[in-house]
Order: sequence, then C-alpha cells, then structure tokens
Amino acid sequence: MSRLRRFLKRTWQDFYLVLIMIFLYAPIATMMVLSFNSSKSRTQWGGFTLRWYTDMFASRNIMAALHNTLLIALLSALISTIIGVAACIAINSMKTVPRAIVMGITNIPMLNADIVTGISLMLAFIAFGISLGFQTILIAHITFNIPYVILSVMPKLKQTSRSTYEAAMDLGAGPVYAFFKVVFPDILPGVLSGFLLAFTMSLDDFIITHFTKGAGINTLSTLIYSEVRRGIRPSMYALSTVIFLTVLALLIFTNFVPRRKSEK
Amino acid sequence: MSKKILAAPYLLWMAGFIIIPLALIVYYGLTDKNGAFTIANVASIGTPEHVKALWLSLWLSLVSTAICLVLAYPLAMILRNRGIGRGSFIVFIFILPMWMNFLLRTMAWQTLLEKNGVINGILSLLHLPTQSLINTAGAIILGMVYNFLPFMVLPIYNVLCKIDDDTINAARDLGANSVQTLLRIWFPLSVPGVISGITMVFVPALTTFVISNLLGGSKILLIGNVIEQEFTRGSNWHLGSGLSLVLMVFILISMAVIAKYDKNGEGSAF
Repeated sequence: MSRLRRFLKRTWQDFYLVLIMIFLYAPIATMMVLSFNSSKSRTQWGGFTLRWYTDMFASRNIMAALHNTLLIALLSALISTIIGVAACIAINSMKTVPRAIVMGITNIPMLNADIVTGISLMLAFIAFGISLGFQTILIAHITFNIPYVILSVMPKLKQTSRSTYEAAMDLGAGPVYAFFKVVFPDILPGVLSGFLLAFTMSLDDFIITHFTKGAGINTLSTLIYSEVRRGIRPSMYALSTVIFLTVLALLIFTNFVPRRKSEK
Repeated sequence: MSKKILAAPYLLWMAGFIIIPLALIVYYGLTDKNGAFTIANVASIGTPEHVKALWLSLWLSLVSTAICLVLAYPLAMILRNRGIGRGSFIVFIFILPMWMNFLLRTMAWQTLLEKNGVINGILSLLHLPTQSLINTAGAIILGMVYNFLPFMVLPIYNVLCKIDDDTINAARDLGANSVQTLLRIWFPLSVPGVISGITMVFVPALTTFVISNLLGGSKILLIGNVIEQEFTRGSNWHLGSGLSLVLMVFILISMAVIAKYDKNGEGSAF
C-alpha cells in the first residue's frame, strides 16, 4: 500500500516536472524549429533550410550589434572586476559603520528597478555633457556590474586568514607582492565567477542599454527589440537559436567544469 | 590606510553613477521646466489615465507573482527532496531559461500567441475556432510568469536546500503528518526565500514596459510604458521622473520587507 502511494507520488512529481519543463522550453524549441523552416509561415513546414542563418551572418546590422555587445560585455566585465576587487580589499578593512554604508549603496543597482537605473543614468549623462553612445553604454554596464563582482568576491575574501598575509609581509614581501602571492590565489574562484556573472549580465541587459544608448548604436538586445516591434523576421529566429546555444555552452562550461575540478 | 585608497575608484564611481543619477531623478521629479519647485509631476499619478496604468500594473504583477509562487514552491520542494545536489543537471535545466535573453523569451511567446501564430495555426488545422490571444491582459500575465518564474524557483530552492533532513525527521518522529510538517516546518523555514522570490518577481513585473509592449499591444499601458514614453519620445522628462519617484516608493517598500524577513541574505538567488 505504502509502496503504491510512494509510486503514485513519484509519478505525480515527475508529471509536474515534465509539465513545467514543457512550459519553459516549448517556446524556445518552437523558435529553433522555425529557424530552419524555409516557409515564412509559422504553421507550415516548407522544408529544411539554412537560408536564415546565411541571411543573419550577411546582415551588417546584426554583425555590428554582435560586435558591440561582445566588446561592451568584455570591457565592462574586465573594468568592473578590477574596480570591484580593489573595492573589496578596502571594504574588508573598513570599520562596521562605513562598511555597512558602502555595502548598502552597493545593493542599490541590484534592488532598484532597471527602468529607474536606466533613466537616472541617462539624466546623469546628459547633465554631465557626455554624449550618448558606446561610452555611455559601457559606463552604465560597469555601474550595474560592479555589485555582482563585489558580492562574488566578498565572501571569499572574508574566508582568507589575515595571518598568512602578515606572515608573507614578515618574511619580507611587499604588500602588493604578498597580496598577489598569498591572498589572490584564495579569492581567484570568486573573482572568476564575478567576472563571468558580470559578463553574462552585460550580455543579457536590455532595459538600461535602451535608455543609455542614444541613436545610431545597437547591441543585440536593442536590435532585437526594434526588429520585434516591426514584425519578426525568420533571421531573428536563427539569431536566437545561435544565442541560446552559445549561452547553453557557456553555462555548461562554467557550471560543470570548475565543479568537477573542485570535487577531486 | 593604504588599503583604504583602493576604495577610491569605487567610491567615486558610486557617487558619480549611482548617487548623483538618483538625485537627478528626485530633482527632475520635483521641478518644472523652468526649474521651479513643484509637486505637480508626482501628483499627476492621480490623473485618471495614470491611475489606470498604475492599478493595472499592480494588479497584473500581483497576479503573476501569485501564479509564480504557486508554480515554484512545489517545483522547489520536488527538486530539493529528490536530494539532487546544488550543481546537478536537472536543477540547471530549470534555471537555464533565467540566463536566456528575456527579449528572446518574450519574442518566442509572441510567435506562439499571434493572430497567425503557432497556437492559432494548430487550432485551425484541427478545425477549431481561432482565439485572440495576443494583446490581452492574459498574454501579459503569461509573459510575466514565463519570464520571472526562475527568479521565484531559485531563492526558494536555495533556502529549502539549507533545511536539514534531521529537522524534518524530528517532526515526523514527533507525530506530525505531511500537512503539519509542511505548514509548521517547511513553510516557516523557507520564508526568507519566499519573500526574496516575491520581490524578485514583483519589482520587475511592476516596472516592465517590454512585456506589455510586445504581448499587450499598444492599447494596454502599464506604468512602465507611460514612463518609458515620457523619456524616449522626448515629451516630458519632469513628468517621467515624477512618476518614477512614485514607482520607487513601491521598490523601497519591497526592499524594507526583504530587510525585515531576510536579514542574513539567506534567500538570495546567487
């Protein structure tokens, strides 16, 4: 009896998992299938084609947007990692009250609504007289990326012991040398995950970019938005399939490769 | 002392790109075009069209938050009770959509729901009457639930994973049945995750303009759409800032709720 009940419970749970999985993946799967459909109709299969993919790679707009997106993601992740790690070291040696204030402000971009962050940055750029374009997108992305770096590095930095660092200093290492030889290897996993998180957040952002980009420059997100409002073309399906598979590969790599290593 | 200097770039950055921008919103929100103080921008939330947009946003985001919670809690429970580790593939599968560009996710639903879209196509193949699915409040709720569901699952799952099996077994040994364990043990211990999940769904749902734009058509205006139009169509930044200040009140309320129930950041998603 109890075995039957357990069996029913498990079946019911499996059913629920599958149902949610269908809900989550059916739309993505549909887009992938449509990206290979040679008929422009969404309900008729006109045969297999790679035309939309060649269209996509031939499109100057899409390639320029891809270039901007990757460049901004890389630069913003790099700069925010440097600023963030430096800030972590300083915050770690602060007294309780200033530390609480700084960490409170750090949380603002994470908790605030993206639309408010985007608008406020746009107002600031115009007030500072910085013309909207590549540089403003980059500044905006660095701004919302730094908190992710700090939140990834901070816990690792707290785990490191002060005494090894001081021992290195006693043995004649300078503070910079001691940091890179003793502390940095310990916080490296946090630094890397902060960098990757910042990179992904930058790739994924639309709302803040939308307000800070100005005319004449697009990232993939803003390009998709303008295209979708005009009516979706099949090359957009091809683009989303490529993005989805890239994100999938990136995430499998970052989630499973380092973990395997740490298990050993 | 030398270490403190390392904070200088960050402190300058925060002052320039977090504090000053927010102060500018407050300044624009409380002044008119001539720079004179006024509360007219904030008070304009009381005009019928803005009240309508705000109520609709609150209503739609509350409904989608509730649906997300109802869907996510059992899912998080099942994932946790299967004893699947934090980094396992099945958990990864349920979190993966969170990392997908959300415009693409919304575009996918547009493809499915449109008048000549996939769902109506299938219906007409089966000789069933086609439905008008897109440009309705229902489509917006669907889009919100789809986009933000992982933000509810993840914090609840993280909190549930921290509950020790011994606690549950102790409750069982003391004679609690499954309903009692759920209500007296599971649920109270998972409150930080639930609260964090609710804010992570509610705030973006309340402030969205993309989902309503792509799935709700031009007739359904949420408060996010109103603000976005004030800025991008260049009409009135002062009014847009005033309405953003109203929106920030709701964000501050949810931040306060989080601070009260999730003191140690247990329910965080990352």
